[in-house]
Amino acid sequence: MNDWMLSLFGGLCIGFAVSLMLFFNGRVTGISGILNGVLSPQKGDTLWRVLFLMGLIVGGLFLKMGSPQSFTDTSTRTWTQVIVAGVLVGFGTVMGSGCTSGHGVCGMSRLSMRSILATAAFIGAGMFVVWFLRSVLGGV
Amino acid sequence: MKSAITAFWVGVLFAFGLGLSGMTQPQKVIGFLDVFGAWDPSLLFVMIGAVGIHFFAYRWSLKRASPLFSAKWHVPTKQEVTSSLMVGSVVFGMGWGLAGYCPGPAVVSLASLQTKPLVFVISMVGGMYLYRLFDRFFPLAR
Repeated sequence: MNDWMLSLFGGLCIGFAVSLMLFFNGRVTGISGILNGVLSPQKGDTLWRVLFLMGLIVGGLFLKMGSPQSFTDTSTRTWTQVIVAGVLVGFGTVMGSGCTSGHGVCGMSRLSMRSILATAAFIGAGMFVVWFLRSVLGGV
Repeated sequence: MKSAITAFWVGVLFAFGLGLSGMTQPQKVIGFLDVFGAWDPSLLFVMIGAVGIHFFAYRWSLKRASPLFSAKWHVPTKQEVTSSLMVGSVVFGMGWGLAGYCPGPAVVSLASLQTKPLVFVISMVGGMYLYRLFDRFFPLAR
């Protein structure tokens, strides 16, 4: 399969996964929100979050065995950039109530105006930063 | 308990989707965001596939009075477009373009035992705590 077919297939898996979460548990699969909820545990609302995150990692272990090229990392970003990026992603997803999964997949599917605007904002900001680093600072 | 076990399997399937689609490869994500350079549009198909399924599954599911393992739906109902929503999303996007990781792929990549996803996830959790501190001094409607 070529790249875009793999991406489409992966996207279908993601769409199926978030649909199962909705149909069975009635919840949005927003990964930043699920993780953030674990950091402020509420009684009766934590186990499913922890198990979901464990599922992500177990799925990652299967990938590592069956498709190790999924973790190819040729990015040349520095450690400082990675740390700053992590802080921005954590801060921004809590402030903006969601990330690529919660706004980009679940919210866009509901045609939520909040999620459509949020998705446009984070994709736009990401494009700007990539352009800025490459053309202004001369990195990749 | 049933809902927690469901969540686990949703996580496993979600991880497969992210890994197969290319979202766990930071340079590929950066290539997708590089619209003014050597743009790699293939990751657009991740969203097309995911939204393509969930758009219909959402409408079909919500015909039921409640989900199978819960008494009620927990879908967000907020409508108001707040400055927190927009500023937060811009901040998130900047971090996404800077590292090439968003939260899901970063957590999945912990399984690779590479150092970078671990450093990223620790920093991300730090950023989430930092927002709590910010929220204490500047409580904004999200």
